[in-house]
Amino acid sequence: MKQEWYDFNHGSWTTDINVRSFIQHNYTPYEGDSTFLVGPTKRTTQLWDEVSLLMVEETKKGIIDAETLKPSTITAFGPGYLDKEKEVIVGFQTDKPLKRGIMPNGGVRVVKNALEAYGYTLDKTTEEIYTNNRKTHNDGVFDAYTDAMKKARHTGIITGLPDAYGRGRIIGDYRRVALYGVDYLIEEKKHEKKLLEIPILESPDIRLREEISEQIKALKQLKDMAASYGYDIAGPAKNSLEATQWTYFAYLAAIKEQDGAAMSLGRVTTFLDIYYERDLKNGLITEEEVQELMDQFVMKLRMVRFLRTPSYNDLFSGDPTWVTESIGGMGLDGRTLVTKSSFRILHTLYNLGPAPEPNLTILWSTFLPEPFKKFCTKVSIDTSSIQYESDDIMREVWGDDYGIACCVSAMRIGKQMQFFGARANLGKALLYAINGGKDEKSGEQVAPMFAPVTGDYLEYEEVIAKFDQTLDWLSELYINTLNVIHYMHDKYNYEKLQMALHDINILRTEACGIAGLSVVADSLSAIKYAKVKVIRNDAGLAVDYEIEGEYPAFGNNDDRVDQIAIDLVERFMNKLRKVKTYRGAKQTLSVLTITSNVVYGKKTGSTPDGRKAGEPFAPGANPMHGRDKNGAVASMASVAKLPYKHAEDGISYTFSIVPKALGKDEEERVNNLAGMLDGYFHDKGHHINVNVFDRETLLDAMEHPEKYPQLTIRVSGYAVNFVKLNREQQLDVLHRTFHER
Amino acid sequence: MSILGRIHSLESFGTVDGPGIRFVVFMQGCPLRCQFCHNPDTWDVLKGTEYTPTQLFEEIVKYKSYMEFSGGGVTFTGGEPLLQAEFILEVSKLCKMRGITVTIDTSGFVWNDTVKEVLEYTDIVLLDIKNYDPLIYETVTGVSLTPTLKLLDYLREKDINTWVRYVLVPQLTDNLDSVKKLSAHLNNYPNVSKIELLGFHKMGEYKWKELGLEYKLADTLEPSRDLMQEVKNIFESNGKKVSANV
Repeated sequence: MKQEWYDFNHGSWTTDINVRSFIQHNYTPYEGDSTFLVGPTKRTTQLWDEVSLLMVEETKKGIIDAETLKPSTITAFGPGYLDKEKEVIVGFQTDKPLKRGIMPNGGVRVVKNALEAYGYTLDKTTEEIYTNNRKTHNDGVFDAYTDAMKKARHTGIITGLPDAYGRGRIIGDYRRVALYGVDYLIEEKKHEKKLLEIPILESPDIRLREEISEQIKALKQLKDMAASYGYDIAGPAKNSLEATQWTYFAYLAAIKEQDGAAMSLGRVTTFLDIYYERDLKNGLITEEEVQELMDQFVMKLRMVRFLRTPSYNDLFSGDPTWVTESIGGMGLDGRTLVTKSSFRILHTLYNLGPAPEPNLTILWSTFLPEPFKKFCTKVSIDTSSIQYESDDIMREVWGDDYGIACCVSAMRIGKQMQFFGARANLGKALLYAINGGKDEKSGEQVAPMFAPVTGDYLEYEEVIAKFDQTLDWLSELYINTLNVIHYMHDKYNYEKLQMALHDINILRTEACGIAGLSVVADSLSAIKYAKVKVIRNDAGLAVDYEIEGEYPAFGNNDDRVDQIAIDLVERFMNKLRKVKTYRGAKQTLSVLTITSNVVYGKKTGSTPDGRKAGEPFAPGANPMHGRDKNGAVASMASVAKLPYKHAEDGISYTFSIVPKALGKDEEERVNNLAGMLDGYFHDKGHHINVNVFDRETLLDAMEHPEKYPQLTIRVSGYAVNFVKLNREQQLDVLHRTFHER
Repeated sequence: MSILGRIHSLESFGTVDGPGIRFVVFMQGCPLRCQFCHNPDTWDVLKGTEYTPTQLFEEIVKYKSYMEFSGGGVTFTGGEPLLQAEFILEVSKLCKMRGITVTIDTSGFVWNDTVKEVLEYTDIVLLDIKNYDPLIYETVTGVSLTPTLKLLDYLREKDINTWVRYVLVPQLTDNLDSVKKLSAHLNNYPNVSKIELLGFHKMGEYKWKELGLEYKLADTLEPSRDLMQEVKNIFESNGKKVSANV
């Protein structure tokens, strides 16, 4: 046993890298209530005031500052501080707080455009190097893309692809740095590389050997970066401060090196709690000091920034970074993984006020301790800042040491990564089915030509047959496109630090996604249960639809249509399963749109459910706005039916309710929301965002944004500052169903 | 052939008509004509959608998890649910067999043997006492107060958990002397576990217009916070638990 590990119980973690074993042998489950929590220290409050001022300035200007010369690496910048005296946890991505770094390995044009959008100019030499000397991921992808891929991307049947930016959705096991120290991790990597000295090296082996070398380099840089802040992280952390700081350093190195779409943190609070408990027990720290560490850690996580183009922000509004932290859940042995620190991290929403980041995610189980459930729902009612996912479903598939990447993607920490695949637009695919593979907006032949529907009215069997055929084409094209992207990402923009904090043999998932589930389910329901008349333009292209009669809509707990939605998910997933993937990744599927439901809608013509061309889709797996007529629970009951086993990358549902519809007083509201979550997750719901506020608040915030700098709302798998959304997105949020009865 | 019920609408997420999350069944038809009614569209006994007891039960049971975890259940309201006591009896039997608790929100106006039988399956009665002054009661509702008080006696006799509801309407039901008498009267009923004081609101006004009915309270204001507090104090003075949106 290393001396820093005093008082810890040993287990297999002492001889192998195994953070889960460390947690299981050492953590203290907490079943009590929130009364032990304390407010912020004076220096935390003062520091947060300084941060808030900076953020207000940032909202005004767009960004505070940006680097234009030096591409970001783990060691590209020396230490940066905001107010050194008051900072308990230190470290910024660049040399100044909120200043955005550049990462041209993903694609230099994106960097250039993003800088220009904010009035900065990329240094000429840097641009030249990344244009002529150093190939980028983006260049690689477009060298290999087929014409069909380019066309699908252009019409928007497959969009949001990570072909010009970092793919993200990889979680390094940042805890390893605190538990073992960097030197031990390097030794292990060297050992693994040695084992790869085998008789015949084929390209996968060669690639892996090169990757391990990169990983070792990254770990060395991590050590140097920490040293620049005055910390020697060669050995294990020996106390609460070090454990928190080193975990943060590891994460910081990742976000210095990569600007992936989602840079999630993992599941660190219960891990850190072990250090806090040990120090508290030994009288080395007070509750005030522990909360101060948590508050200041979270404050740093709130300051993570990446440089994005305005078009990226149209897709993913509000400058999200998805610093997702997974909290709570139950262990495989039946003990809860809730600790006092699960409370402490949620308490930052009071000590520092509400905020969209870090993306605090409760792993909900009906078996969670009741006081914790009630504390969570109180936090939701007060701040609308947290989301919930079913630990009971995910534990069965992923064990009890998984974390959520981005919004809803579960992965076993340090043992699994994903090839992020954005999503395919099923709404558009349905229109292609009707139009014989032609795009309903341009008339261009995008899918292979086949006979279009020619009747005046849509016939269910005919449409389904053609739709199935379209999905065959789409799934193949989709996976092949992802294969190109991830091959190139590994080659030109490899996540060396994050992968250094993974095991050598990992599970890779090819995480596909769908947009427009409720639009298609309702369209098929309309075709089946009502009569849908086709309106064609002069070129014979179906461009609009008239519905005669009524049809059951998704979101009313009506099996006639809910079953159509279930079939859609399963049908598409089964098609994806047939297509071979890069690096043998396991195909998975998400029903998640983030805020891109607005953009997807814009790119899609009128659909047979009555949605007009250009109108937004519902987000994620949500029913279409205003079509759920049987109340809040009926709506979520429909969503809960969607099968997780065919959508293992997550099923996102966003729920908004006015406070008084939850109950007459705070106690009732807290209880009813907890009961609602228990019911939803018991009935196999996977994810839910909970927003509790009045529509009037949002309207007022649109008129007077300055009054609501911290107004946070959950959108689809993440949260945003409402005032940072553009007007169109704000209106979309307002138009969504608010449960008011 | 089983009896059919006429139903105005269903709500899967009720939180204000009894404890926990409730599946709320709005029954069609009501003999009262309360001036402050916010569901006048439930009055007509001939409207609504017909359900068999089994059909309705199948809708209810879909939400069993939500009810169980929140301590909720099903609530029959309306309209006056006990106008269709036979139907409710059948549905309540099915619910009780599956462990779903039953709450009935009633004015207490309807009284017969079937109602007695329904009450055997009822966990909580939300008894709406629109006023304690018999004359004002008639003005407000168009019917007599007597059956309501009789039902209250019967609920005590059978020891059925009862929440009394009182809607406070300025210049109509803010006769405080009578509120005091009601409060004192309720003191004799140990089965009354809670009094719910509901502030008048006009969210149903548009329905009156749609039905071509004259809305007499168009100029009436919602009760002030002070008035609500005053009435709440009166009900609390006899030691009963009172809930109110103050």
